Order: sequence, then C-alpha cells, then structure tokens
Amino acid sequence: MIAEAGHYALVLALALALIQSIVPLIGARLNDAALMNVARSTALAQLLFVGASFIALVTLHVNSDFSVANVYENSHSMKPLIYKITGVWGNHEGSMLLWVSILALFGGLVAAFGNNLPLSLRAHVLAVQAWIASAFYLFILMTSNPFLRIANPPIEGRDLNPVLQDIGLAVHPPMLYLGYVGFSISFSFAIAALLEGRIDAAWARWVRPWTLVAWIFLTLGIAMGSYWAYYELGWGGWWFWDPVENASLMPWLAGTALLHSALVMEKRNALKVWTILLSILTFSLSLLGTFLVRSGVITSVHAFATDPTRGVFILLILCLFIGGSLSLFAGRATSLKQGGLFAPISREGALVLNNLLLSVACAVVLFGTLYPLAMEALDLKISVGAPFYNLTFAPLFALLLLAVPFGPMMAWKRGDLLGVTQRLLAAGVAGLVAVAIVWGWVSGGSTLAPLAIGLGIFVIAGAVTDIVERTGLVRLPFATVLHRARGLPRSAWGTAFAHAGLGVALIGIVCETTWNSEYIATMKQNDVAHVAGYDLKLDGLFSRQGPNFREMIAEFNVSRDGEAISVMTPSKRSFTTRGSSTTEAALLSRGASQLYVSLGDATAEGAIAVRIYHKPLVLMIWWGPVLMAFGGMLSLSDRRLRVGAPKPARAKQRLQPAE
Amino acid sequence: MTRKQRRMTIIGGSLAVLALAAALVLNALRDSIVFFSTPTMVAEKHVAPGKRFRLGGLVQPGSLQRGDNLAVTFEVADGGAKLPVAFKGILPDLFREGQGVVAEGALDVNGVFKADTVLAKHDETYMPKDVADALKKQGHWKDDYGAKASDGLKPSATTAQGNSQGAVR
Repeated sequence: MIAEAGHYALVLALALALIQSIVPLIGARLNDAALMNVARSTALAQLLFVGASFIALVTLHVNSDFSVANVYENSHSMKPLIYKITGVWGNHEGSMLLWVSILALFGGLVAAFGNNLPLSLRAHVLAVQAWIASAFYLFILMTSNPFLRIANPPIEGRDLNPVLQDIGLAVHPPMLYLGYVGFSISFSFAIAALLEGRIDAAWARWVRPWTLVAWIFLTLGIAMGSYWAYYELGWGGWWFWDPVENASLMPWLAGTALLHSALVMEKRNALKVWTILLSILTFSLSLLGTFLVRSGVITSVHAFATDPTRGVFILLILCLFIGGSLSLFAGRATSLKQGGLFAPISREGALVLNNLLLSVACAVVLFGTLYPLAMEALDLKISVGAPFYNLTFAPLFALLLLAVPFGPMMAWKRGDLLGVTQRLLAAGVAGLVAVAIVWGWVSGGSTLAPLAIGLGIFVIAGAVTDIVERTGLVRLPFATVLHRARGLPRSAWGTAFAHAGLGVALIGIVCETTWNSEYIATMKQNDVAHVAGYDLKLDGLFSRQGPNFREMIAEFNVSRDGEAISVMTPSKRSFTTRGSSTTEAALLSRGASQLYVSLGDATAEGAIAVRIYHKPLVLMIWWGPVLMAFGGMLSLSDRRLRVGAPKPARAKQRLQPAE
Repeated sequence: MTRKQRRMTIIGGSLAVLALAAALVLNALRDSIVFFSTPTMVAEKHVAPGKRFRLGGLVQPGSLQRGDNLAVTFEVADGGAKLPVAFKGILPDLFREGQGVVAEGALDVNGVFKADTVLAKHDETYMPKDVADALKKQGHWKDDYGAKASDGLKPSATTAQGNSQGAVR
C-alpha cells in the first residue's frame, strides 16, 4: 500500500511538472499574471508529492518490507536503523529519487522565496526547472522505479553493501546532490534570461546566492566524500582521480568560475554572455556527472549490459538539455547587450584570468575522464590516472593559486599591478621564508614540495594581507580597526576565508603526499612497530559480534618516547549476508597529522597483516574545503546577497572603507 | 586602449592559456597513460620489461602463494594464457582465487609481472570492467560474474608504496 502510494505520488508529481513546464510560459507570452502564478503553486505541490514519495520509500526501508524489490536488494532486517534510512539512497533507484526530491526542493524554495523576482522571470525559471524535473521523473518511472513489488516476497533482504554501511553515506550523497542539483537553479535562470532576451546586474544578484548555496554544499560534499574514502577503504588514499570523483570535481571547477564571473556581472555589468554560458556549462557538467555515475559507462559494465535503457535514457536527457540549451545560447547570446569596459589589468581582468584557468583546468579533467572512453571506441584500453593529472591539472592550478592573492586587491576597471605587488610583498616574503625553512628542515622528498608549501603560505598570507589592509590593522588605533572590521562587508571576509582555505588544503595535500610514512608487516602479539617516531605495540586480537557482522579487533598501544598516548583499535568486519568484509581503519589525530592503522588478513599462526601510516598534516586537506565553505556562508550572509532585499550596488560601495 | 585592443588582449590571453593547457596534455599523454593488457595480449605482443601497464584477468585457482613478509605470488589467466604475478603488500579485501583482478606494474627480465598496485572493487559480484570486456571478447564471460551493478563505488587498491596508482611524487 505504501509502495503504491509512493509510486502514485511520483506520477502526480510528473503530471504537475508537465503543467508547470507549459502553463507559465503561455502566461508569460500572454502577460497573464494568473497563468504565470500557476508555476508557484505547482512547484510547491510538486515538492509535496515528491517529498511524500521519498518518505514512502524511507518508510518501506525502515519497515523492512521485502516485498519491494528495492528494499529486498539493499536492506536487511538486522541492519541498524540509521543505515536502513541511509540505505534508501545507497542504490541506483533510491539515489535518483533523492536527486529529484532535491530538485523539487530547490524549485519549491524559488517558488516560496522568489517573491521579489519579476513575475515573468520567476515563471520562466520555474518552467525550465519543471522541464528538468519532468525528464527525470520520466526516467525514474520508466527505467528505475524504486517501488516495484516482488511476486513472492522473500523473508530476508540481501543487505546493503557493507562499505556503504557507514555514517559517510548519511551525509555525503545528500550534500553532493544539493550541490549538483543546486546548479540547476542558475541553469534555469540562464535559460530564462535567454528566453526573455533580457539580462542585467539584478539578474546576477538573484542568481549568485543560489549558486553560492550549491557551491557550498558541493565543496563540503566533495571533501566529505574524500574523507570517507580515506578512512573507509583502508589504505589511506583520499583522491583517486576516479571518473566518479572527476564527475563531482568538474561542476565544482565550473561552479567556482561561475561564482566569480557572476561577481563581475553584478558589480560591473560585464561578462554577461560568458556568465550565461558558464551557468549552462556548470549544470551540464552536473548532468554529465549523473550520466557517468548512473549509466555505468565508466565505472561498471553491468548497468549497460543488464539494462541498456537506463544509459540510453540518461544520454538522451543529456543531449536534449545540453544540446538544446547551447543552441538556444548560440541563437540568442548576441542579442544580449554588452556591458562595462575594463582594462586587462583590473579586478575584472583578474576575475577573467580566474575563469580562464578554472575552465581550462576543468576541460583538462573532462578530457582525462572521457579520453579512455574515446580510446575504447578504437579498441584500445588505457587508464588515465594521477600521473596524467599531476602533469596537467597541477601546473594550471599552481598558476591560478599564484594569481589568487592579487585578485581581491586589484581595483575595479583599472588596476595597478605594481602597487598590488608592493602591498603583497610581505605575503611573498612569508612564502619565500616558508620555502627556505622547509628546504633546510626536511630532507628527502620532491624538490617541488617546498615550493608548493611556499605557494600555500603565500595564498594564506595574501588573504590575511587583504583583511589587514582593509581594516587598517597595524596602522590605525585598535578601536578604529574593530569598527572597520565590523563595517567590512561580510563578502570580503568570505573571500579571505575561502582563499585562505585553498592555501590550507594545498599545504595538506603536499605534506601528505610527500612525507607520508608507511609500515606494512605481519605482526604477532606484543610486536612493536616504529613509525615516524611513534611506537605501536600490538596488545592482542579480539573478536566481537555486531548487529549484522562479526568483527576482529586488534588493539594497539601507541606511545612516543616511552610515554603512552592512546589505544587504537582497527578492525575487520565480515558481513555474513553478502559474504564480504570491510576494513575499519583506526585513526589517531595529533594536531593536523594522523596515525592510520588498518588490518589485512590474519595468518594461521595468529599473526595479522597490518598497515600503519603516519600522515603529516593530512587533516589540512579537509580543513581547507571547510574554510572555503565557511567563507561561502559568510558571503551568503552579506546583506547585498540576502534573498529578499537586493540593495543597489552603489550603497554598498560607500560602506567599504577607503583603501 | 580601445575596445578592440582590450578584446584582443583578452582573446590573446585566453589563447595563450589554452595553448599552455594543450601542451601540458599532449606532453602528459606521451608517458603518463597506462595501457591495459590481458595475459594473452602480453604473450602476443611481447611487451618490453620495465614498461608499465595494467594486467587484468582471473586469479588462477590454486596459484596463490604467500611468502615471508607479505610477499605474494599468483597467476593471472584469461583462458588463453597465464602470467605469473609477484606483489608485496596487503591484498584488497575482495581478492579471491577465481575472481577478476587488475594489477598495475611492469614485467621483469624473467617475465614475471611485478605489481605495485592490485585493484579490486568493493562488491562481491563486481568484475573489473576491463577484465569483463576482455573475457567477453574471448568467450569466457559467464553471466553470474555481473549479477548486479556496483553502485558507483570507488575502486579500492593496495599498493606497495601506499600511493595511489604509482603517482609521481
């Protein structure tokens, strides 16, 4: 009954989406406010019905109703409640349902909080939003219905893949989808602008908060996924350049570029055409990511082999939306009026450089992801991995980071590169000192590593310099500085935090990959491993029964210079239902560095294979993105961007302290 | 500067960055791409020792031998030919005899494949795509290898250096 209700709600949502796709557009053509307002009600009703459908699926999973194929295949009655809930999106059908639920959520938010939007713009945006929704409802209903029943219900389910039985699954996919799907809003705004043939600085002000929200979630989602892979897969890797990861990185790169170009458009009314194109490309890359992951072209052959309709269907959606939007763009872009002029050396120029490097870096990742597919058509199997990206992506990103501190310090319209360089002198010196210290202090490793750390310090110091200058710290009395700091627009703080986050992440990445030390051996009871100054003594092996698994736990006493620090208990779990096992690594944080212990197979003599890593400053890899997301949130709370009260850009400039 | 000159500066800059990226990519394509082979392809093509490639196939049942200090040897077969593989380290959770495997490394002078990475997938029904394709082509594909698609998981790997896929440091 619940399954049927959920299914029915989804069909109703499709019907609503179809109405929403057409009626508001007719309303806009006829200039009929009532017809245009239909979009608002249908968007909210759609959210209600998809929400009901999603809750129905969650209920089925929680109740372990194995007469539903999706529950049978991915759940088990003994599974802890939290994994019964998160298991809903740990499979193809459920995750697509989550995808459309989030799409409906964003549509509903625009409908509910978009009161200050011009009526026809809102109608257009929601209509485009409904096109996307209709396509995906159809996809779910026709090829991946999560509510299918089994004729003879089995007693027990097949359980969820053990790797997914982790808190990471509760957070990572929803975050990532909030990011992916959030970019649909900027896409819809771009298409609406093209349909209306009208675009101005106000448009950018409406789009930016939505883009920023999506970007924050995507940033956190990617970081979360990387940390999850790091601790769950048991060998300490945190980024694999796997197609699935690239699929999330590409929209992030394009979305970051979009954030910056929308800034130019909002402040200077320039780069309009490019911003529209980026909005389209960013969401297209999100769709491409969905296609790559969901169709199974790259990750696994089976989705295509067992159900080719799915891959072909998503490919159709992909072609329709990307092809359609780009043709619309090609046809209409020239009609958009060009805006303000600027010199190549200026804040605008710096942002153009940012966009250029980000989009080229994105293109490189796209190439690396699709090249193996293209070669396969020629019957040549290759793999493109870290070595490729180290030689291509890394230099481009290094260039970008070198330019980052200059951007926010440039004046709009016409900048003074020499002046900015002089003001960044202290930051540059800090970077060089860091290079020298690292060079002298550490032996071994790549010669590039100290340079990269210096670059990271330069980026952080540059962000600090910007804030110091704006508040007048050092020069002015403390009270004035406080007053100025309070008066500083939140977006300035946001910029500083986000940019500093880049430097922090870079330092973490470089330290982890360069000075990571590793110890792999078979250990018996009372054996001691020495890793990076720590002594790890194996105290013993125990076994324990979990809710739906058995686990073997090894207990390590960690000490340094004879002083006991902590106990680490890595384990290996075997899941009986699926007959598979997972490695639960034990982590011990010491500042930003971590000790990492994971277990291999036990031998007959009671010894066990053990892998121990010391990863210096590894946590900075994830602190960086968290800082970036925090910067994004600060920027979002800026009064200028607050949804509902768009202030003219002029008023804001007066608030800014003189530099 | 006139509008035209400004536009030309920006276009020139863009072209410069694009050219740089293209040069980087072409350079990287020369030596950072790893090819995939099966034992049969290795036997036919006479791959030179020291040339890195990915080897895929099924772990020959009964061939797995564990030596001292985590040294492992096993044979990878694809129905046509067999190739001995040596690896030092911890094998992935799902490594099993008779199952598909992908190893990355190079042949030594004795014709033994020295693997520094062994890849598997975290799903008991998973067959690495490369292996599945190669086996299908040779007519060794059985449908029960791929009963259910894995859900977009990342490959797990164990490497002798603890470094993903032999990354350049």
